[in-house]
Amino acid sequence: MHDTAAHRVTRWALRLIVIGYLLFLVIWPVALVAAKTFSNGLAPVIDALRQPEVIFAFQLTLSAAFWAVVINTIFGVGISLLLVRYTFPGRRALNAMVDLPLSVSPVVVGLALVLVYSGRTGWLGQSLEQAGLQVIYAPPGIIMATAFVSLPLVIRELVPVLHEIGTEQEQAARSLGASGLQTFVRITLPAIKWGLIYGVVLSLARSLGEFGAVKIVSGGVAMRTQTATLLVEERYQQFGVVNSITAYTAAFILALIAVIALIIITSLRPRRETSQ
Amino acid sequence: MTPSPGTVEEAQQPVPTPPAGAATNAGGLGDRHRLRRAKSATSLTPISGLGLGIALIWFSLLVLIPLTAVLVQASAAGWSAYWDALSSPQTLAALRLTIGTAVLVTAVNVVMGTAIAWVLVRDQFRGKRLLEVVIDIPFALPTIVAGLVLLSLYGASSPLGVNWANTRVAVFLAFLFVTLPFIVRTVQPVLLELEHEVEEAAASLGASRLTTFRLVILPSLAPAITSGAALSFCRAISEYGSLVLLSGNLPYSTEVASVRIMSSIEGDKLTEAAAVASILLVVALIVIVVLDVISRRVARYA
Amino acid sequence: MSIKIAGVGKRFADFVALESIDLDIATGELTALLGPSGGGKSTLLRIIAGLEVADSGSVEIEGVNATGLPAQKRNVGFVFQHYAAFRHLTVAGNVGFGLKVRKRPRKEIAARVQELLELVHLSQFADRLPAQLSGGQRQRMALARALAIEPSVLLLDEPFGALDANVRKELRAWLRRLHDEVHVTTVFVTHDQEEALDVADRIVVINQGRIEQVGPPDELYDHPTSEFVMSFLGPVTMLNGHLVRPHDLEIETHPFDNAHRGRIERFNRVGFEVRLHVRLTEDETAPPALVTLTRAEATAKALDTGVPVWIRPVAGASQVRITAPAPTSAESLDLSPADSVPQPTFT
Repeated sequence: MHDTAAHRVTRWALRLIVIGYLLFLVIWPVALVAAKTFSNGLAPVIDALRQPEVIFAFQLTLSAAFWAVVINTIFGVGISLLLVRYTFPGRRALNAMVDLPLSVSPVVVGLALVLVYSGRTGWLGQSLEQAGLQVIYAPPGIIMATAFVSLPLVIRELVPVLHEIGTEQEQAARSLGASGLQTFVRITLPAIKWGLIYGVVLSLARSLGEFGAVKIVSGGVAMRTQTATLLVEERYQQFGVVNSITAYTAAFILALIAVIALIIITSLRPRRETSQ
Repeated sequence: MTPSPGTVEEAQQPVPTPPAGAATNAGGLGDRHRLRRAKSATSLTPISGLGLGIALIWFSLLVLIPLTAVLVQASAAGWSAYWDALSSPQTLAALRLTIGTAVLVTAVNVVMGTAIAWVLVRDQFRGKRLLEVVIDIPFALPTIVAGLVLLSLYGASSPLGVNWANTRVAVFLAFLFVTLPFIVRTVQPVLLELEHEVEEAAASLGASRLTTFRLVILPSLAPAITSGAALSFCRAISEYGSLVLLSGNLPYSTEVASVRIMSSIEGDKLTEAAAVASILLVVALIVIVVLDVISRRVARYA
Repeated sequence: MSIKIAGVGKRFADFVALESIDLDIATGELTALLGPSGGGKSTLLRIIAGLEVADSGSVEIEGVNATGLPAQKRNVGFVFQHYAAFRHLTVAGNVGFGLKVRKRPRKEIAARVQELLELVHLSQFADRLPAQLSGGQRQRMALARALAIEPSVLLLDEPFGALDANVRKELRAWLRRLHDEVHVTTVFVTHDQEEALDVADRIVVINQGRIEQVGPPDELYDHPTSEFVMSFLGPVTMLNGHLVRPHDLEIETHPFDNAHRGRIERFNRVGFEVRLHVRLTEDETAPPALVTLTRAEATAKALDTGVPVWIRPVAGASQVRITAPAPTSAESLDLSPADSVPQPTFT
């Protein structure tokens, strides 16, 4: 089509507005955090990472995220297969419900879990406590909160892929004598592999960064239930350069993990043409 | 093919939601026509029935029972207690601020999100792929880190010389930051799939570029923009983490709904917390229904 | 002259799409731009419409120099292969779009839309969405939409290319009738020689960015000036260094004047038609000649595999001398329609 001067001006103006907007909202602030972390050089950052509280917080975060992702993966694959391959009453409702955790405020998630699993007043928590299982203010609660907020991510990736591949290959495998399990392992799983990995990376990123829900169910006690994000909050609110550098260091590492996850995801995703 | 509204197949992927982690194009409105093609579902076998049972038990324990508990707790002390909890001036102020700011932020996102999606799809320049990653950062960044990030440019030691920490501007910025990707990522795939020929057809029929945008492109994007706006609104009203360090959580000034819930929990006033939480939950449910309706309408055009 | 194209050239990067095209199209005429894909015919159509800008040359529409005019100011109706329907608008909304853009009064638009929908037999679908129409109906809607603005010329880019064979035939007969009714200067692009021969008043054969030949369908079929036009417009076979149409070959089981001797190598009956591969005695290494005749003729002459025969072109048969060794063989003509020489279909 004819590209007149007016169109070129519009295009440049739009481009500059968008870049400017992103610069002020995302790029510059993120760059500043990186700069602040290393404002006193590398040594204070390394010192911060040597603190036992920091090491503990990251270990707790990693193990909670690990278990949440394991649970979400098993649950996600199962639910996705059920939603796509089977019909049953209430399928549509379930399909809508599994997206619910994405829309619920983390604070509401925390409150909901406390109401049911609190050892003091919870619906189920009291019996569980008597059976010797503490959920709230303990790692199981952290894992549940983390699993809750990242629950739909694997499912959302798998459902479209399962639709896409259809059932012909599976039926072919069955007709050639493969058992249900063999068909799943040899045909279905390889076909959904990338969607699954993608969903797992997404869940992991989301799990490592969860804050609000975990804050409520964990209590945030240092060296016991304090995760990395809770540590950032606590240290930032305390006085002193060391605390501030520690907060920035932990935040920087969390941001770094997030960006790495983002890059992995972007490179995994089959590249879609983004221009005409 | 003639779409037959109401079949189960069409209900497969009702919410064109970008994931809350990092962004993606899959599952967007543009993929719907592909999803409807697979007609292969069978009824349950004993093993899959068992699987469904286990999945439902876990889903109930983790999601359904706790969320029900919130509603039960909110109504436990009766309607009058519920209204009292909601109509306390401090709660009202928090709700007003949350919803007002969320509406404002959503409006900004409708314009900027569409503009960003437009530039990402239609414009061509070096570093565009970098912008793609930048769009997703608010999804991937832990919310507490997001607060820290915004503080560094708009807080006390701002290189811009502004100090918006502990003001309502901070609330606005935090909402804007965390909701950035929603409209971009719902509009982008639809814009990509928009046939270029449709615009050429409009031009050959005498429409200027602006008219073509207004009469052809914008209506095609409208469902995606609406979905993105609903998601963005929903995300904004539930935001908590990024505000903790940024907004100061001053009652009657910068305290939002989720912060209000948090302080109620910390004060062991669970009924009050549940009352406010129930509002957020209802809004979340409404958004899910709205998205389902939109995706059904869109299926008619496919 | 309704459209005057002078010296139009266009290249995409280092690919030459069009090389200095000169072409005049008369008012009220139905012209086909025919050629293989990638030959430049669609590019030429898009340049006429203003959807593509030519690197050189000029385009004049109804006496107005349109070279620098954008598409929306040319008043041409354009129909796309894949309909380019406005999905969010009803059928009536689609058809009325151009008039709405021109800010015509609502009543006038409604009346004109009604009239056009009747013309394309879609009146009962006025309130449907394009998604609820079949491909053929969508294309008729697109046609009505293009006609609504009373264009000075109507341009159609492979208008039936996305449709099923049956619908395609139906629709092209209908297009011919519609043109006889409406009489708007029409140019359509096609790679289907049968479509062009069936519908057009005049055919412009375009290949590799150049016009090969222009003329009425019969003239092009009977008097092709090049091997390309000869083989693109219909079936061909090779005999005595010439391209000739297989149905233009006389065949007898006895010698006759100037006939070439051979033997039937393959006897293949397709419905009413019989296709013979004749291996010529004079050059056993050459690909066999293809002869087509009716079943009745074949039966009368007792033709069958292995029978010795004599063949020659009938009087007045169109023939083109082969200058370069053509990659044609009876085999490829008969069996592989997608060969290097664009293949007509025997339907």
